[in-house]
Amino acid sequence: MEAAAGPGPGPGPGASPEEPEAPERRRKAHGMLKLYYGLPEAEAAAPGATPDPRDPTDLNGAHFDPEVFLDKLRKECPLAQLMDSETDMVRQIRALDSDMQTLVYENYNKFICATDTIRKMKNDFRKMEDEMDRLAATMAVITDFSARISATLQDRHERITKLAGVHALLRKLQFLFELPSRLTKCVELGAYGQAVRYQGRARAVLQQYQHLPSFRAIQDDCQLITARLAQQLRHKFRDGGAGAPELAECVELLLALGEPAEELCDEFLAHARGRLEGELGSLEAELGPSSPAPDVLEFTDRGGSGFVSGLCQVVASYQELFSAQGPAGVEKLVAFARELGSRYFALVERRLAREQGSGDNSLLVRALDRFHRRLRAPGTMLPAAGLTEGATEIVERAARERLGQHLQGLCAAFSGCLTDVRQALAAPRLAGKEGPGLGELLASVSGAILGHIKASLAAVHLFTAKDVSFSNKAYFRGEFCSQGVREGLIVGFIRSMCQTARGFCDSPSEKGGATPPALLLLLSRLCLDYETSTISYILTLTDEQFLGQDHSPVTPVSALCGEARETARRLLTHYVKVQGLVVSQMLRKSVETRDWLTTLEPRNVRAVMKRVVEDTTAIDVQVGLLYEEGVRKAQSSDSSKRTFSVYSSSRQQGRYAPSYTPSAPMDTNLLSNIQKLFSERIDVFSPVEFNKVSVLTGIIKISLKTLLECVRLRTFGRYGLQQVQVDCHFLQLYLWRFVADEELVHLLLDEVVASAALRCLDPVPMEPSVVEVICERG
Amino acid sequence: MEDDAPVIYGLEFQARALTPQAAETDAIRFLVGTQSLKYDNQIHIIDFDDENNIINKNVLLHQVGEIWHISASPADKGVLATCYNQTSDSKVVTCAAVWRMPKELESGSHESPDDSSSTTQTLELLCHLDNTAHGNMACVTWEPMGDGKKIISLADNHLLLWDLQESSSQAVLSSSTALEGKGQLKFTSGRWSPHHNCTQVATANDTTIRGWDTRNMSQIYCIENAHGQLVRDLDFNPNKQYYLASCGDDCKVKFWDTRNIGEPVKTLDEHSHWVWNVRYNHSHDQLILTGSSDSRVILSNMVSISSEPFGHLVDEDDLSDQEEHHQEEKSKEPLPDSVIATYEEHEDSVYAVEWSSADPWLFASLSYDGRLVINRVPRALKYHILL
Repeated sequence: MEAAAGPGPGPGPGASPEEPEAPERRRKAHGMLKLYYGLPEAEAAAPGATPDPRDPTDLNGAHFDPEVFLDKLRKECPLAQLMDSETDMVRQIRALDSDMQTLVYENYNKFICATDTIRKMKNDFRKMEDEMDRLAATMAVITDFSARISATLQDRHERITKLAGVHALLRKLQFLFELPSRLTKCVELGAYGQAVRYQGRARAVLQQYQHLPSFRAIQDDCQLITARLAQQLRHKFRDGGAGAPELAECVELLLALGEPAEELCDEFLAHARGRLEGELGSLEAELGPSSPAPDVLEFTDRGGSGFVSGLCQVVASYQELFSAQGPAGVEKLVAFARELGSRYFALVERRLAREQGSGDNSLLVRALDRFHRRLRAPGTMLPAAGLTEGATEIVERAARERLGQHLQGLCAAFSGCLTDVRQALAAPRLAGKEGPGLGELLASVSGAILGHIKASLAAVHLFTAKDVSFSNKAYFRGEFCSQGVREGLIVGFIRSMCQTARGFCDSPSEKGGATPPALLLLLSRLCLDYETSTISYILTLTDEQFLGQDHSPVTPVSALCGEARETARRLLTHYVKVQGLVVSQMLRKSVETRDWLTTLEPRNVRAVMKRVVEDTTAIDVQVGLLYEEGVRKAQSSDSSKRTFSVYSSSRQQGRYAPSYTPSAPMDTNLLSNIQKLFSERIDVFSPVEFNKVSVLTGIIKISLKTLLECVRLRTFGRYGLQQVQVDCHFLQLYLWRFVADEELVHLLLDEVVASAALRCLDPVPMEPSVVEVICERG
Repeated sequence: MEDDAPVIYGLEFQARALTPQAAETDAIRFLVGTQSLKYDNQIHIIDFDDENNIINKNVLLHQVGEIWHISASPADKGVLATCYNQTSDSKVVTCAAVWRMPKELESGSHESPDDSSSTTQTLELLCHLDNTAHGNMACVTWEPMGDGKKIISLADNHLLLWDLQESSSQAVLSSSTALEGKGQLKFTSGRWSPHHNCTQVATANDTTIRGWDTRNMSQIYCIENAHGQLVRDLDFNPNKQYYLASCGDDCKVKFWDTRNIGEPVKTLDEHSHWVWNVRYNHSHDQLILTGSSDSRVILSNMVSISSEPFGHLVDEDDLSDQEEHHQEEKSKEPLPDSVIATYEEHEDSVYAVEWSSADPWLFASLSYDGRLVINRVPRALKYHILL
């Protein structure tokens, strides 16, 4: 086989006489072989001393040109060298020839062998071709056979396929034919779900083939059964016994049965309504007048677990079942929930309305909390129904009402306190001389009221407790705290307290008989205490407890304090008027009923004056229990002496009056006028200040002014005048200590005596020493 | 005309009794009766010259006793009635009599009779109102708008109606009635209503106000507890027949509708002591004058309960002398009820206030110390009412 790759079968040995060409060819062949055997060129070229391969003169080069070589030799070389070259060349050629011969001999066998092989191969291939032909023929035969078989089987295969289809169909048909009985069985067994599945499977087919009578019959049967099934389902649905999940299942099945969804919605809701109405009915029955009302917590609990959870279930299953119904269905549900919810609310409100009487707030708050909490579930499920809002509204209303009740309660407690005080004031007087202890009464009243306020605050505070579900509503965080509790309850109470107290001043019976003066005094002190401390205390307490986030304007403390102060002032002024009236009535009666012309020479201070002093002292004690002393005008201790001199001067003037010329009365006038010029005008019923002295001053002013006016309306005899003198001196002795400005008492008493002197037919005054003696004796 | 300063006149004696000369409609004239136990009492005839702001006085002696009440006949300028104390050794009795003043003083003499003080003229007694059977006379009131023939006197608990006959020289008791009841009932004050054909009289005793029909002397109405304390005085609204003002020791002035006596129509609470006197202005009944023992006189404007709640609609003739008389539209808002002025010229209790019968804008007040003060309604208010 190597031969095939070689230069091919060359000419025999010695066949190439061209010497110059021979090495080149050899070399060529050698190179190719070399190439073939992968020997490196360099080795092959080793014998040459790196000659330029292009050199046409290189014998071994590829571009050897014999002509050029010869020319060159001839031109360059001398003869000897030529000879040498010739011999060398001949020798080389001979060597090459021998080499060639050797090679040919060496490779001859190989050629023969290769030829043999090729020949053998030729034969083998021919055999193989024959076999291949035979194979092709056989294959053709097989194909033929196969085609024939296929053709033969084709028919059968089709039939088998058909048969298989028929079989399936037949099974379906069998199912269909069996369907009625199966359905019946299912229905009998109560396996409604299975039945509905069967029916659902068959329905389309039956629908399609309903024109065929047999199918029609089946369909009719099926429809009949389905109708029965549906009826049964509806029956079950209506029965009411089933729980909501079962109901939901029913509805699901019915829906699967292709019942109209809208109708089902309605029916579902109607049914649910029936049940929920039952719940409401039982709730309402509890409200009935005959049965004892259960407590409100129980009521809302029952409502919560019965009605609200029922509603929740209804809403949940409705939404689940009829979610495909779109907005119309939702609307229906919303209307349903709204209507029932409002009825429930109405019931709850009726129940809450009954709570007005009892005062247990914690129960109410808990009940409201439950109520509110319960309604959150349906509220979030169905926000459009406004259940949460409705619940919140009810809770708010209840809270408001509660506030109102607390306000009423506080007012009632206040008037209760007042009644107690009245009784306490009335009782000890009957018993004996025991003082009513105004201070303790005041403390107890103010303590009781404060206690009530605190209790109310605590009770109301429950509404805003953290764990109460509605306490984070806007109303309870804001308005409830500021407007409700602070303004409505606390400020409202303080206002109404002031108003009640003021009512005592304006009472139509101005004679003072209706209200005991001590009560006026006590109330006045109470209001004053409120002004100074209690109001701000209460309001601070309220603000601390009810940190409202709402910034609506609230009544400032100062306004309330002002109101309380005004009330206190009016009460105290009224007290002064009433007490002054009591004293002045005594004085007036004593002046009006006496015959001053024919009275005897005075031996004693009249009893009424002692009574006046006693009463004034009693009032002083009474006021002193509640009010501070107050400031007096600084006056020297010898004021009584000075007074005395004023007395004597007026008396002297009286005494010497008859001896004067007719101008004497002018002098009297002048004197009194001048006196008045230097003294302040006395405002008799002037407002009083909050201290004992001012109160007493007011009372004494009123009394003495009355005395003056009464004296001026009478005519006196000599002893009448003297009696007035004695009385006035007595009053002078005892009254000065009560008033802020002694001068006032002096002035008024002086004027009384002066007026009496003027109204006297025989103005002969008594000796001052005698007057003193009589007074001291009294 | 810029001055509204009060004019003050002093008497030597204490005085409580004051009355305008009711029959006089041209001159401003008041009569004042004094109270003195030691000297002869006097009646001062005070003429006020509005233009010159001068007071002229004439003094008449009233020797029978101190004068507690005085009233002038509405028909005869010269006739007046007084209630006076008559003191014997151990008794004081208040009597009443009708007097006639000397002819020349009737319409006031304008030359001041200072020099004639020595020859003080005396009143001529016309008749006594015999009270021996009835007790002390508290007040005498003439039939308003009458011919000066009928007077009513209040004596303790009796209401006496007298007929003056034979030119007032004889008083005949024509009818009487007595107040019956527990305790000592005493009339304190009485007024004769100018309405209803002068058939109604109102009286006050203690805290009660009563109305009487003079034709049969029967009680018409009775306001129990009209005031918290004693009722001191009454007056009828001259233009509204059922309206009555009262005042008393509770420092209040109350206005009543006698058809509905349950509640007062209005209450004023401005004085700080007993209110002794209340008077409606004769022409403009919104103007109320009150005098009190707190030494103050208060002029109030009670528009809302007056007969002219929406302002005055008729022009007054006596306005002709006002230099500025704008004929503006009467569309102004009425003033609210209010106190117009408080007059503090008195140093002692004011026991009497009276409007002048001649000038509706002028009034006098009298305090116990004998000070008579003549004041005018503030000009601004006057114009407001008139314009």
